[in-house]
Parts: sequence; structure tokens; C-alpha cells
Amino acid sequence: MTIELATPLGDEILDLKAGDRVTLTGMVYTARDEAHLRMQEEGFPFDPEGAAVYHCGPVISGETVIAAGPTTSARMNALTGFLLDAGVRTLIGKGGMSADVLGLLEGRAVYLAFTGGCAALAASRMKVRGVWFEDLGMPEAVWALELDHLPLTVGMDAHGHNLFGDVAARAEAEFAQMFPK
Amino acid sequence: MHTVTDTHLFRAVSDATKKALEIAETHLPEDVTAALEAAYASEEEPIARAELGAILDNIALAEETKRPICQDTGVPVIFITLPPDIPYTPAIEEGVRDGVTRATASVPLRPNVVSPMTRANSGTNCGEGMPVVHITPGDTFMLTVLPKGAGSENVSRIAMLLPSQVDNVRRFIVETALEAGGRPCPPIILGVGIGGTFDRAAFLAKEALLEPIDEMDTFEQQICDDVNHLGIGPMGLGGRTTCLAVKVKQAGCHTASLPVAVNIQCWAARRATVRVIL
Ligand code: SF4
Repeated sequence: MTIELATPLGDEILDLKAGDRVTLTGMVYTARDEAHLRMQEEGFPFDPEGAAVYHCGPVISGETVIAAGPTTSARMNALTGFLLDAGVRTLIGKGGMSADVLGLLEGRAVYLAFTGGCAALAASRMKVRGVWFEDLGMPEAVWALELDHLPLTVGMDAHGHNLFGDVAARAEAEFAQMFPK
Repeated sequence: MHTVTDTHLFRAVSDATKKALEIAETHLPEDVTAALEAAYASEEEPIARAELGAILDNIALAEETKRPICQDTGVPVIFITLPPDIPYTPAIEEGVRDGVTRATASVPLRPNVVSPMTRANSGTNCGEGMPVVHITPGDTFMLTVLPKGAGSENVSRIAMLLPSQVDNVRRFIVETALEAGGRPCPPIILGVGIGGTFDRAAFLAKEALLEPIDEMDTFEQQICDDVNHLGIGPMGLGGRTTCLAVKVKQAGCHTASLPVAVNIQCWAARRATVRVIL
């Protein structure tokens, strides 16, 4: 069963469990390393309350999204706290985030995984609505993108469950059995 | 035998590079798509199925809209076979650079190539010594591009094992996939180079990624099964399919060495070969 979500997000995200499939509709804001640093210094160009932040460095041509798959979220591990403190309700990316971030999500936000590399699929569900910090370059700027039912998986929920962590722990155990020291 | 001028050569190689990149960035090779389809059919976990379903939808959409399959359009790695009647001159590499620059605008490709220390971006996907061009003798004038994304390249590894550690080769390869986890966008393909020298092993691993993935020998199959046994699954979210194929290439090595290189390739295993037409 797929749960339909729309931004701005509220307490409905607290009902999500790691492993749930969802679709997201409405505005998301892209941010990679540089954009996080800039927003930390200068504040948010968008309203962070209930917002969705997408770890993505898109290829945009004029008004058209050419490609917009997720980037590796773990790079933003140490830069995430201020977003959540300001009311951001979901982070979207690939590969999951650290145990620290899992703690920060507790009771207030979730991490949604988008299939890595699926740039054409992402582009087909998005429209460009605005851009800030263009001086950072196309991939590092903050793009406002409007989503139409982007399919996502809840990777980390607001109750301490981390699907990536569970899978990694099982893989470690399998490996230890296959290749005993 | 015809005489080939540098101008001809430059133009022909540039056109072939641009064409190969345009194909590679928007169409996955048939063997890769078939392997992903087979994986989708065999998955039972709903999350793994959904991830593979998204990948297959994405491949179809990229083809239909002539858009890049992935936003990380990679750095181009080029392999050329040169027949005996074609002169090996600098015009070949210059042609490649020109073709890459043109494809960057036409596809378009994300400008990924930067200077390693200043991180200044050239904007053209070319830089000092970039793109990497490998030229070998052959019967026909062919050009292959392998655009390589950073997500999978960054978690590739090389080990200089001891000659007494032959039994550890398999362990090292599987451990590389374990440590990479969901980061290289699984399902992955592993290109493995065993033997040679430090640099040769890495090159063999890259070269192994050019091989079709619809066939594996017993050793390759065994490693592939081991990796799938880890259960990392598509995107590291769990499932049966972590590895689509393992391809191994070997070379003779020093009696005191055992180099093993593992080059990880993500599901977006883009490669295309075109004939260079003079
Ligand atoms: S690892 Fe491959 S599929 Fe994933 S983002 Fe990089 S190039 Fe794309």
C-alpha cells in the first residue's frame, strides 16, 4: 500500500514506519553541501516549517528539469540539525544517514529514500518553481521543485527505526558467517 | 590504402565520441537491462521490487525522452581499437576531447571534471589527462565509451595481498561489496582485476566492466552468489539482488605479489561502442 503525502508536512509523518512506501506531492527544496553551509550562515530563502529538503544536484536547462536524481545523503550528516530545528519535516536522498541524524529525527521528521540514479523518472515528476544561491553553481544552488507523486521509501522514521542500518547489520552478520576469521 | 590526414582523424574521432556518449548516456546496454528485468522478476520483497521497478521505469523514460539515465553522467573513459592502416597521432586524443566537449552541450552532460586540488570546474568534462583514453591495436577502428559515475567509483578498492593469501581473494572482493553497502546504487556489477602490477590490476578491473554480463564462469558466479547472500538489496534497502554480475580478468604477476582490484559499477552500467568512420 502506498501512502500519499503532500507538502507542507505536519504530524502525519509521525505515523510513518521505516519500510513504508509513499508518494510525495508539492514543493521540495534541493540542497547539497554548499547550500547547507550558506543557509546556516544567511538563513532560509524558503519557509522551513513543514518543508521537504531534497539532497540533489540537478541538471536544469532553462525552466526544464533534465535530470534530478538523489545524491548521497551521508555527506550532509553533520549539517542537518539546524534544518530540523527550523521545522523541516523530511529529508530526501539516497543511502540513508548517520545514527546521530536518526536521533535528531526522533519525534519530528523522517528520511525518505529515492531510488539512486533515477534521474529521468524524477525529472518527469518535477517542475522548476524557483532558484536561490545560483552563484554556487547549478548542482549546489537551492532549487524549488514541484513534485507530482514522486515514489519514495521511508528509510528512517521518527521513532528510531533505520532500514539501512538493519540491512547493513544483517549483511555484516552474513559476511562473518561466510568468511569466519 | 588511403592516406588519413590529422584533420580527418580529428573530425572522425570527435564525431564517434559524441555519438557514443549520446547513446551511452540515454540507453542502457541490452544485457544490463535484461539482468535488471530478471532481478525484478525474482524479487519477492515489496521494497526491493519497488526499487527495481523504479529503475526499469527510469530506463524506459530516459530512452523515450532522450534524457540522461542518471544525473551523474560520469566521467568518460574511452577505449579505442586502432587498425594498422590508421596512424597513431595526437589528433586521436584531441578528437576525443572535442567530442566530449560537444556531447557535454548536446546531451547535456553534467560538467563533472574539476582540477583535483583547486576543484575548479572546466565546464567541458575535460581536464589535464582527462578523459582517460586507452588505445590498443585491432582489426577495425572502434570507439567505446564507459561513462563512470562517482558513487560507485568512490567505493572501489585495491589490495596488495600476500602470495600466501590466494584464499583471501574471494573474501576481499565480497568485503568490498559489503563495505560499499547501499552507496554505489546497487544492484552493482563488480569488475575484478587479479594479478599484474598495482596499476595493471586496476586497469583490468575497469576493462572487465566492458564485458557482457550475461555469462559468468564458476568463480565469478560463486562470488556473485556470495555478494547476493549479504542481502544488501537494491539501494541498500534489503533484497535478493545486490549484484548482477562479477567479471574477472587476470594477468601474470610477481612471485612475491598478489594485487586484487575491485572496480564497482552501479546499475547505471552505461557503455556504447561505435565504429569510427573516416
Ligand atoms: S552510483 Fe551510478 S546510478 Fe548512482 S548516482 Fe552515481 S552514477 Fe547514478
